[in-house]
This record gives sequence, structure tokens and C-alpha cells, in this order.
Amino acid sequence: MEVVRLRVNGDERVCGVPAHYTLLETLRYGLGLTGSKQGCDKGDCGACTVIVDGRAILSCITPVWEAEGREVRTVEGLANGTETHPVQDEFDLNGAAQCGFCTPGILCSSVALLDGNQSPTREEIRKALAGNLCRCTGYEKIYDAVEAAAARLGP
Amino acid sequence: MAVIRDMIPPFELFQPAGVDDAVRLMREHGDKGWVLAGGLDTFDWFKDRIKRPEAVIDLGGVDELKGIAVADDGGLEIGAMTSLTDIAENGDVRSGYPLLADAAGLVATPQIRNQGTLGGNIVQDTRCWYYRSGWPCYRAGGNICYAATPRSMNREHCIMGASRCVAVNPSDTAPALIALDAEMVVASTSGERTYTAEDFFIGPDIDIMRMTVLEPGDLLTRIVLPAPWSGARWYFEKIRDRKAWDFSLVSVASMVNVEGGMIQDARIVVNGVAPCPVRATAAERAVRGRAPDDETGQAAGEIAVRGARALRHNDYKIALMRNLVKRSIRDAA
Repeated sequence: MEVVRLRVNGDERVCGVPAHYTLLETLRYGLGLTGSKQGCDKGDCGACTVIVDGRAILSCITPVWEAEGREVRTVEGLANGTETHPVQDEFDLNGAAQCGFCTPGILCSSVALLDGNQSPTREEIRKALAGNLCRCTGYEKIYDAVEAAAARLGP
Repeated sequence: MAVIRDMIPPFELFQPAGVDDAVRLMREHGDKGWVLAGGLDTFDWFKDRIKRPEAVIDLGGVDELKGIAVADDGGLEIGAMTSLTDIAENGDVRSGYPLLADAAGLVATPQIRNQGTLGGNIVQDTRCWYYRSGWPCYRAGGNICYAATPRSMNREHCIMGASRCVAVNPSDTAPALIALDAEMVVASTSGERTYTAEDFFIGPDIDIMRMTVLEPGDLLTRIVLPAPWSGARWYFEKIRDRKAWDFSLVSVASMVNVEGGMIQDARIVVNGVAPCPVRATAAERAVRGRAPDDETGQAAGEIAVRGARALRHNDYKIALMRNLVKRSIRDAA
């Protein structure tokens, strides 16, 4: 076991995990944050996407020690208390989630995009979500939701 | 074959703080050591339990390997651990070397470009799935190529340059760096040495178990770009099965110098067709002194594919290469 110290969603968290755990395994099995999904577990599907220091990354192929000392944000940390993030709201209103397995990763990719660019074009949204596979929706409603969230967040 | 996947086999972790420490550790562990950069190639191997190094040397804490700096001669020095996102978005790269910015920006996905490094993209191992699945092929130390038998699935493999192994180099930035005539700086405990990008990649005829000149103990530390060709035209295109998140089937990177309506000089590099990126030197010679039009491009394409020989399922790559070379001359801008 190794003791790791992480800053997750604004909280300082300490836990013991087997040596060489990934960030995803630590979040899910060490800290109980099961929102981030273990899909392919090989960096192909994007279901494990979290935001580290403002950038979307794949937590399944990030060794946990690489995340120490950095700001980790998961789907659990997107809402402000009980107030959902506009992207979460718009996913709801636009019917952008079906089975929901890819949704946490897509929410994180969307928030990482909107934190840096509050008026993305449809093409920029497509590019920002290119690393997140969704087998249900066909993506169009997801793009609609991100566009709607951008309109709410934008100037 | 039964392979237990996903659980990473145990290894000893080393986190050097500088290049000196890193190369000392690499020398100490030799071929039992593994250098970790962005982790995209690494964790794929580890989770399939096919590569099982005793020691992992993580470069994540080596700050001197990160960053982009303008050199004295007007060129650019890029640390091997600089992320692909940082390269694609960097102002100096975008203004002086849009070819590289474009190639780096087309690698995989936003997440992978955020994590993946230029050095890792350059030295990554081939994606031949027989090899990646742990089959004991030539490249893995065995005595057969599973991709070149009469029943093999080899749609993504070589059309030229094969020597026993028919796997191709998967890098998007490699052809761009060869077209730009970049230099690769390699460190080891015996000092630093430099290779041209063209010489950095090696085929199975030289060593079937490596993709580059790097041997155990060698670390690619930085990539040096010469001062930009003033007014040069460039072209990069990556063809993949889908419009997002895939390795290229064939890609082309070209730099074309045009003066008075005539091509003075060109560097044309194609990847995905051979074990390492191929410079189409005969086509480069053929386009000199000609206008960068459809006819010249067509001629260049025909010359570039001379000698190409398809495997059972990849003859489409010959047409793809011919057309990409044509476009790279005709449409360079």
C-alpha cells in the first residue's frame, strides 16, 4: 500500500491504495467517487475523463502519483453544492443522456472546454468531445446541450 | 491466447528530478527498465501485461524536458516532455511551423493531447495488433510475422520497406518533423548526440525490435527545429477510418518552396506505408523547377509509389499514398 494525498473537488483527501493504482482506481475504490467510469480502462473511450489543473485527461491511464499536488475535478465536483452546473442542467433539458455511462466523462470534457472558451462553435464542441465515445445518443443532443450551456455561461 | 488484462504487474518506480539522474537510472536498469512519459503507449502495454519491466523511470518530474524556447538561430527547441496540446497551441509553433502545429493537433483526442508528449508521440511503438496482443512475432523476438501470412488481417500494414515485419510507424508528428528537417537530441550517460529526424527512425532491416535509433539507456531529450523557411508552403493530411480519434492509415507532410511560380525545393514525407516514415526523395527531385499544379502533383504521386507492393488487404494504400503526395504538392499553401 502507498499513502497518496490528492486535492479532489477542493477537498484534501488522503488514502492508502495498492502501489501503481491509476488515478481512476484511486477515485473509485480509494475515495468512493464512482462517478468517473471505468469503461475500456485503456484510454480509448473517455468515460474516465476528469479535469486536472484545468485540462481534461484520462484518469484510467494516469498513475495516481502524477495527480498528487494538482487540482483534480471529477463529475462529483461540477455542481456548486446543490446547484447543478449549467452543462448538467442542459444535458437534462436536452435529453443528452441515455444510458448515462459516458455522461460523467462528457460533462468533464464539456466543462474543461467551457472554462477556457465560453462561446465555442459547434465544430469546437465536436473537437473537444472527440475523445468521448457515446453509443446511445448519436452526439447531436450532447452538442445541443453544450451549446445551450455556453449560451447561459457566455457574456 | 489467454492473457490476463488490466491489472498492472508490479514494478519499482523511480522519479528522477533531472536528465542526469534519469539517464543514470536508465543505464543502471538497461533493458529491464522502462521510461514513462505521458503514459499512453506505456499503460496500454502494462495493462495487457505484455511488457513487464522491473523498473519504471517516470520523467514527469523532469522539468528541464518541458517547454518550448526560441533558439539563437531563430529556430525552436522543444523539450521531449512538452505536451501535444502545448505544441499545437503555442504561438511560435503556429506562426513558424504550422505544419507541426497541425500534425500535433490531429493526434488522437483532446485528453490524449493533454497528457501525451511530443517525445512519446515520436518514439511510440507500432500498433500492429498481432504484436500489441502479445503474439510471439519477429518484433517480439519470435520467428514469424503473423501479419504477412496468406490469411492475415493486414489492412493497416506496409506497402513498402518491409523486412520480415510489416508493421508501420503510427506517429503523426514524425513525418512533420522530417519534412521540417528537425534534429533529435539524445542523451545517455556517455553524453549527448544528435540525429536528423530522418535518420532517427529505423526499419526492421536495421533492428526488428526497435522503431528508432534509441537503445536501452538512450533518452530523447529535445527536438530542434531549424529557422523557418521563409515563405515556404506546407501541407499535412492524415487519413483515418473516422474523422475523430484514430491512428492514420496514411499521412503526408510536405514543405514546398516556390519562387516565381516554380518549385525550388520540396520535402515530401509519407507515414503509414512503411516501417518508418518515408521521404519521397525521387518525387522531390522530380518536382523541382516545375509549377505546383495538378500535373506536377500527379507525376510526384506516381513516382512516390514506385516499387510499392500491397499485402492482401491494403492495396488501397497505394492509391491513397499517390493521391496524398499529389495533393501535398498541388495544394500546399
